[in-house]
Amino acid sequence: MPYQLAVNGRTHRIDEDGQTPLLWVLRDTLRLTGTKYGCGIAQCGACTIHVDGQPMRSCSLSLETAAGSQIVTIEAVEGPEAAAVRAAWVKRDVPQCGFCQSGQIMSAVALLRSNGAPTDDDIDRAMSGNICRCATYNRIRAAIHDAAQSSTSQAKTA
Amino acid sequence: MSWRHGFRSARPRRRRLRIGCVPLLAIIVAAVVLIAAIALWPRALPQPESIAATPPRSDVAQLRPVASFASIGDPETRSLALFTEAGRVIQHPRCMNCHPRDDRPTQTDAMRPHVPWVSRGPDDAGEPTLRCSTCHHAANFDASGVPGNPKWKLAPIEMAWQGKSLGEICRQMLDPARSHMDRAALLHHMTEDELVGWAWHPGGKRSPAPGTQAEFGALIKAWLESGARCPA
Amino acid sequence: MKSPPESLDPTQPAKRGFRMTRRRMVLGGSLIGGAMVVGYTATHPMEVGGAILSGGGPDPEPSAFGSYIRIASDGFVTIVNRQQELGQGIHAGLAAIVAEELDADWDRVKVIDSRSNFRTYGPQGSVGSRSISSNWDLMRNAGAAARSMFVDAAALLWRVPRRLIDVRDGVVSHPGSNRSATFAELLADASRQAPPQQPMLKQTKDYRLIGTDRVRRKDSVPKSTGAQVYTQDVQRPDLLVAMVAHSPRFGGKLARFDPSDARKVKGVIDVFAIETGVAVVAQNSFAARKGRDALRVEWDDSEAEKRSTPDLFRYYHDLAAGRGDVSPSDFAMKGDKPEAPFSGDIFEFAFDFPYLAHAPMETLDCVAAVNGWDVSITSGAHLPIVDQVQAALTARTTPGRVDLEVIPAGGSFGRRGVMSADYVVECVRIAKRTNGRPVKMIWTREDEMMAGYFRPMSHHRLWVQMGHDGFPRRWRVHSVCQPLVPVGPNSQAVEGIEGSPYFSTASTVDGKIFSPSFAVPPSFWRSVGHSHTSFVMEHIIDQLARRAGRDPAAYRRTFYEKAGDKRRLAVLETLCRRSGWGEPMEAGWARGLAIHETYGTLVGQVAELRLDRGKPVVRRVVAVTDCGIAVSPNQIAAQMEGGIGFGLSAALSGSMTLKDGIVQETNFDTYPILRMNEMPAVETHIIASTNRPTGMGEPGVPPIAPAVANALLALTGNPTRSLPLAQASTISNAPGDPA
Repeated sequence: MPYQLAVNGRTHRIDEDGQTPLLWVLRDTLRLTGTKYGCGIAQCGACTIHVDGQPMRSCSLSLETAAGSQIVTIEAVEGPEAAAVRAAWVKRDVPQCGFCQSGQIMSAVALLRSNGAPTDDDIDRAMSGNICRCATYNRIRAAIHDAAQSSTSQAKTA
Repeated sequence: MSWRHGFRSARPRRRRLRIGCVPLLAIIVAAVVLIAAIALWPRALPQPESIAATPPRSDVAQLRPVASFASIGDPETRSLALFTEAGRVIQHPRCMNCHPRDDRPTQTDAMRPHVPWVSRGPDDAGEPTLRCSTCHHAANFDASGVPGNPKWKLAPIEMAWQGKSLGEICRQMLDPARSHMDRAALLHHMTEDELVGWAWHPGGKRSPAPGTQAEFGALIKAWLESGARCPA
Repeated sequence: MKSPPESLDPTQPAKRGFRMTRRRMVLGGSLIGGAMVVGYTATHPMEVGGAILSGGGPDPEPSAFGSYIRIASDGFVTIVNRQQELGQGIHAGLAAIVAEELDADWDRVKVIDSRSNFRTYGPQGSVGSRSISSNWDLMRNAGAAARSMFVDAAALLWRVPRRLIDVRDGVVSHPGSNRSATFAELLADASRQAPPQQPMLKQTKDYRLIGTDRVRRKDSVPKSTGAQVYTQDVQRPDLLVAMVAHSPRFGGKLARFDPSDARKVKGVIDVFAIETGVAVVAQNSFAARKGRDALRVEWDDSEAEKRSTPDLFRYYHDLAAGRGDVSPSDFAMKGDKPEAPFSGDIFEFAFDFPYLAHAPMETLDCVAAVNGWDVSITSGAHLPIVDQVQAALTARTTPGRVDLEVIPAGGSFGRRGVMSADYVVECVRIAKRTNGRPVKMIWTREDEMMAGYFRPMSHHRLWVQMGHDGFPRRWRVHSVCQPLVPVGPNSQAVEGIEGSPYFSTASTVDGKIFSPSFAVPPSFWRSVGHSHTSFVMEHIIDQLARRAGRDPAAYRRTFYEKAGDKRRLAVLETLCRRSGWGEPMEAGWARGLAIHETYGTLVGQVAELRLDRGKPVVRRVVAVTDCGIAVSPNQIAAQMEGGIGFGLSAALSGSMTLKDGIVQETNFDTYPILRMNEMPAVETHIIASTNRPTGMGEPGVPPIAPAVANALLALTGNPTRSLPLAQASTISNAPGDPA
């Protein structure tokens, strides 16, 4: 039975086994390769996407479960927090190998949406599900603080 | 004259040869070739054949049925024995992992701290951006090995079991201030709750709790009815 | 052990000319590892041999400005990166060197990665943290030559003397006549100029880009938007995806397999045996995975390694004690009486270090197609020259017919650069069986962690005879470590011990290396031997200082003075000043210091540590480096931060163990990687230098583990004899840090 899958604002008809991890549907079927395979067991966070606004690990989410929800991937994450996070990431030269950064950014955007001024402790709690083997953590932390400041100041001027 | 040409034609005169690196590099290159030649030498590869499937082994631990406690005449002793048997479930890693003593669950049969580093958050279901549901969904997911249940969350901190003796856990369960349950609710939780029931269907390589939820529920029921005595 | 970099005057043109410089570079540390190739040279026989071996691959599009610079009609300068972008930011470093000499506008500089091509770029590979140092002359000359061509063109056009022409940010100008023109405007004329054989290079003091914070990565945008394409993301028409079932034991061979259930999986196209296991070829990744799970496979373990980690350590201890079956080789002789017995005040130290997996975020993967004699590969390669040769041998073709497209890798740390090119060879083996259709082979995390090529486990036993002044008079070192290279001395086992400045007070030093060989394949792991030898030397020194009642920093100073090592003294002095060494700390906190030289770069680190319910917590690391001229201070800091995180992860919890020969750590749940909440703040200070630049990819790693152990020693009085520190924490039920 095909599934209706809403990804980045478009609905796709996916004729695959409902137990397929959403990760592989995104990557192989929809060619949205910004979402990465890193561990396959929800340990590293490289495959983080937003499901109805909540960050989730797409390797651990079945197509069947995801169908009916609004899925957003790194390719289409938008809004003031996303823009601020991306800008801060580039300004700080956060990435090294870059492979984990899609997931880091998806988690960071979700954090800022729920908490406009996260403390270091908030960042630890929100981001410790995302591994960066290059250990760019300090720059990620600094970039999240930057992004929080810039989206706060944006909100004030708006 | 093209750059490339100029580049090439400007051959400097033969330099002094620094002996040392030539043989070394040559040996290395030779070694690569040699290793590759040995490793890549064609050898016969097995052809497909039929192999009988080996049925998965299951070592399911059983619970003693309630009936087997009938021979214990003294209700207090029987109640204690029933709870001690039920304790094999209560103190099983499947149950204990979600009744941690602090904000972090444990996991696996070894009850190691949960990886990644997560904490219970305001509603025992995770921090706002690192919810349990970031990874755990309504059912066990074979592809990732991540367990799931519609009610997946930690037991409240007042119901912490880790680090406590079976007797302490018992008295805590019977204290509505800490368990938030009267005896009927407690029985219902043990017998009917689907998250509790997950412990018998944990999926993956996780060992299930002993017996079945129904057998466990029967033990709890008999224990409550026989006076709900707690071990020391 | 490397000698300190020569203090060449960087303003002088390279002494032996442009061509020579290039060769000197390409034949330098590239092939096998900076650790191995001491010094470098260019030799005719090697060029011939190399050409036969590697042929070439397709040549790059020609450019008037040489193989490394292309300038487009819009004035954008594209710099060709002959190294491999593994995350270390080399693309930006090399581009900055070119742009500096070219006086290009940094904001209008782009970088592309070269394909593997021996004829044009020499043998390619990123090893020994040498990508900056080995390309320093080449890139400067390339930029200066192109600049000179623009100056020539302007001088002809404007009929003014060359020396009155200035170039800045991509604009050529003659201030005397107020004339100026952009690179774009002069492009046609400049392209017709002959490149100079010995272009004039800038003096260090005239650098406008190098050494500034303007030198930043060029890939931060694609890597922050999901647009960066890694091997895992490659799409091709007709692309197949393959996974391979490997023997769970090293040295195990495929005995029998039954593909019938695997073939029933929707999307599975073919299942066949290859030399390393059973390949499942499918239309997509998850079908390949399901097909592999459905295989029934039996392995022949008759020649497989079946020992467990404790067995191996016992074996290593026996070897070091002279009770084993491996005859040692000697190293690091100093003095002439190695056979005389030790006497007086003798200390013995023993250390055990575990196997470590690289665990790059991108698991091993490769895209290959084989069409007759032609092989095309796309991979986040680390040693393209080796991959190219191995792929050619696998496909029974010549390296020249192997077109290797090198793209950025999602990390490597050495794993993508092994001498056997294991995963590339495996992918080519599969691609030989798909009638020309391209194959993307993906390894799961479990495949990657169970396949070996680990940082080898090692055991070091040292004896130190002390003098009355509290300083060593004599050292003896026994090191046990699998060799990383099958030929030559096992120098990686003791790099970082050999030639140590701490031998400077001793009259006699002798050492033996025991190099056992068995089926668990070891390989290069970020900082290679230094990842354990730094711990040996730096932790021993703190223990000796403690026994001598000296401050660890002051104690080190004596060795460095005796050795006449001014660079180390400067690093030590800066480190003490910046870290507040010797100043009081809050109760429960301690500092630990370590200084180590890795491939010519000196790094000192001070770690601030406390214990939280028995677990070490590092909150801050102050790091100082002398890496010669700092091309990109921002990326030097990034590598320092990354190196500390990588080294700390290993020190705290990194360990790959075998049980009956089977790897027990198969994913990040059992091989924990340092996470956000465990990462210390890092301050990086760079010593100003006009020496040739050295590397930064690896040297940040070695000092952190001993710095942490030295802080623990200061805090608790207990020395550390083995890593990882938190081995027990994975099995205990201790509550975690509530913070």
